[in-house]
Amino acid sequence: MDSVFSKVVRAPEDPILGVTVAYNNDPSPAKINLGVGAYRTEEGKPLVLDVVRRAEQQLVNDPSRIKEYIPIVGIADFNKLSAKLILGADSPAIKENRVTTTQCLSGTGSLRVGAEFLKLHYHQSVIFIPKPTWGNHPKIFNLAGLSVEYYRYYDPATRGLDFQGLLEDLGAAPSGAIVLLHACAHNPTGVDPTPEQWEQIRQLMRSKSLLPFFDSAYQGFASGSLDTDAQSVRTFVADGGECLIAQSYAKNMGLYGERVGALSIVCKSADVASKVESQVKLVVRPMYSSPPIHGASIVATILKSSDMYNDWTIELKGMADRIISMRKQLFEALKTKGTPGDWSHIIKQIGMFTFTGLNKEQVAFMTKEFHVYMTSDGRISMAGLSSKTVPHLVEAIHAAVTQVV
Amino acid sequence: MAMAMRIRNAASRRAMSPISGDFSLRSMSSWWKNVEPAPKDPILGVTEAFLADPSPDKVNVGVGAYRDDNGKPVVLECVREAERRIAGSSFMEYLPMGGSVKMVEETLKLAYGDNSEFIKDKRIAAVQSLSGTGACRLFADFHKRFRPDSQIYIPVPTWSNHHNIWRDAQVTQKTYHYYHPETKGLNFSGLMDDVKNAPEGSFFLLHACAHNPTGVDPTEEQWREISQLFKAKNHFAFFDMAYQGFASGDPAKDAKSIRIFLEDGHHIGISQSYAKNMGLYGQRVGCLSVLCEDEKQAVTVKSQLQQLARPMYSNPPLHGAQIVSTILGDPELKSLWLKEVKIMADRIIGMRTTLRESLEKLGSPLSWEHVTKQIGMFCYSGLTPEQVDRLTSEYHIYMTRNGRISMAGVTTGNVGYLANAIHEVTKSS
Repeated sequence: MDSVFSKVVRAPEDPILGVTVAYNNDPSPAKINLGVGAYRTEEGKPLVLDVVRRAEQQLVNDPSRIKEYIPIVGIADFNKLSAKLILGADSPAIKENRVTTTQCLSGTGSLRVGAEFLKLHYHQSVIFIPKPTWGNHPKIFNLAGLSVEYYRYYDPATRGLDFQGLLEDLGAAPSGAIVLLHACAHNPTGVDPTPEQWEQIRQLMRSKSLLPFFDSAYQGFASGSLDTDAQSVRTFVADGGECLIAQSYAKNMGLYGERVGALSIVCKSADVASKVESQVKLVVRPMYSSPPIHGASIVATILKSSDMYNDWTIELKGMADRIISMRKQLFEALKTKGTPGDWSHIIKQIGMFTFTGLNKEQVAFMTKEFHVYMTSDGRISMAGLSSKTVPHLVEAIHAAVTQVV
Repeated sequence: MAMAMRIRNAASRRAMSPISGDFSLRSMSSWWKNVEPAPKDPILGVTEAFLADPSPDKVNVGVGAYRDDNGKPVVLECVREAERRIAGSSFMEYLPMGGSVKMVEETLKLAYGDNSEFIKDKRIAAVQSLSGTGACRLFADFHKRFRPDSQIYIPVPTWSNHHNIWRDAQVTQKTYHYYHPETKGLNFSGLMDDVKNAPEGSFFLLHACAHNPTGVDPTEEQWREISQLFKAKNHFAFFDMAYQGFASGDPAKDAKSIRIFLEDGHHIGISQSYAKNMGLYGQRVGCLSVLCEDEKQAVTVKSQLQQLARPMYSNPPLHGAQIVSTILGDPELKSLWLKEVKIMADRIIGMRTTLRESLEKLGSPLSWEHVTKQIGMFCYSGLTPEQVDRLTSEYHIYMTRNGRISMAGVTTGNVGYLANAIHEVTKSS
């Protein structure tokens, strides 16, 4: 019997996750994986945070814990604490019950559920996303039925923010359009607006009734301070307007595989927030019924305990500091080597990624000749670097820049 | 038409004529003021109402989650042991988009057979999914993307979320006859007529065993006839198997319908869930598989399933998959699991007998034969919505308004109370 799917063609590898697949298949002992954004220690090992281990042990040792379905919107404690984390404990929006928070499957799931909600209930179905952005963003919004437009963001000439271009493009967006904003540590460029620039963006967006949809995947990971990294979101919420926020605990709590995140929708009133929540449930139920319990339980355990919370902030700062120090080391090493070009963007950019400015051919060269793995847009994950591997990377970059144009 | 469908249509109309007006911050009202409160989920809403009820006599026979004879939720011993072994693991990284390879391998063995030639020949495209819901949704999205010309036939009645899933995937839905209210059994001739009259190459959703909500399953003989007719019509069979092991106590027996279709040469799809049979409800662990012509096609189909998973959740959650792999990968733990599943299934079968006998002893004028003929977690009692409402308001007994009783919620402690209440609201029928 013929398959009804015999006409299906093979899909291309995911450009980001495919890098790790290729890396794993490489037998060379010198290989470095600077592809996917997962934190590595100085020894190149993945890291389960100590505070996470403790929380997990606590859960395992509790015989009263059961594994039943949690509510469609997830664990109540987790939701409350997640909203507090991003909005601040003293946020008027929280005090006034204007925020509805839904536990979702990490950042991806939060974005998708938010987008599906917007498709059903918002009067505009176009979303403006920065150019460039995380490769999965356009796919998420397309599948949710939104149409995707781009606003200028990265300036290859300065390897910084194309602020003029951004203001022009958002200024020309139709009234009410949705705008995706990276809350901090823009992925893939590492280029963030300054606080002054954020304020201008906020004013422009509010004057045109553009709806902000924040993707916050690196809170605490960028500067080392949870509050600093939440500033962009908080200034928007402080003006009393509405917005959506997708939070992920994949990186800042090292809970990658457990898929923990939250979608918060800040509304004008408590009544509206309650109705919105009821509609979000209708999006979730036919997608996966209810979110997974384990990761969110770990997060709630940590956020609830002031000791564990403090310990977490220390470990988080440790990770952020190591990345900042890797940036310095790489920059200094390139300077010392005399590699042509201005590499100051390495220390100006922030967060897990550096947009090196290397082109596709140079990247392919570095992979083939030096077994250095990164995405073809020249993005490297600083988290994958260590003092030991910086020299090898410098060799590879130097060779690529001098031999391949 | 569902509220969400109306709102979706309204939103697309509104998007075509943008709103203009004064947008100063102070006078700006909420974007969401036209959002209406959604109706409560008919199944999950029952538990919410139950929890809010202060009565000490209250009984929850609503949502299908297993309870022991003390009415308590159960974490299986094999699961606790698996968790002890997993705790302290140094791996919390992303799983591949298709999930845990080990977990998927073990899961396919359960559905297709330990020594399945299809597994050996690598003809099955399979990905870890977010329990049964997630598997059905991924398949529905895949169906929409690659066979948008065809429609899915869904039995009447079915788990209410099935309709939501295929609707949100935007796949055209039709229904087929299944439950016979008069006999409280299978409407076999109606089913076969609908299968025959459906356009060639239609997709059908079949409950592999322990049909939800009716508990009515075709016999082995009937399954064989259905399979033959499917062959003649070139239909695609998609099995939702959420209760393997839970129905008869024997996983191989519960997979019989699937094995018949495989023997007959069908290329099927299967949604598997560990929510009930491993008690992993909140972990959201399951598997979607599609049997293909050959290994090459299986690789192709899997790659496309991953393309649908990536913009939904990127990759599936780790913990539940680790529990499943740990249990099924260790012969001792696996054997403990099989024992514990049989205990759960046997307790339910025992409660069916007790409930039926209690109603008969009370002198009910109705026949309660169906209580023991039906199989799995649910009993389609035949109670009307009004009778169900009376059970709730007068006796604090909670179930879905279609009269579906979750037998897993029945205990030796409450079966007498339940039988009495049912008798009271039905004795004048």
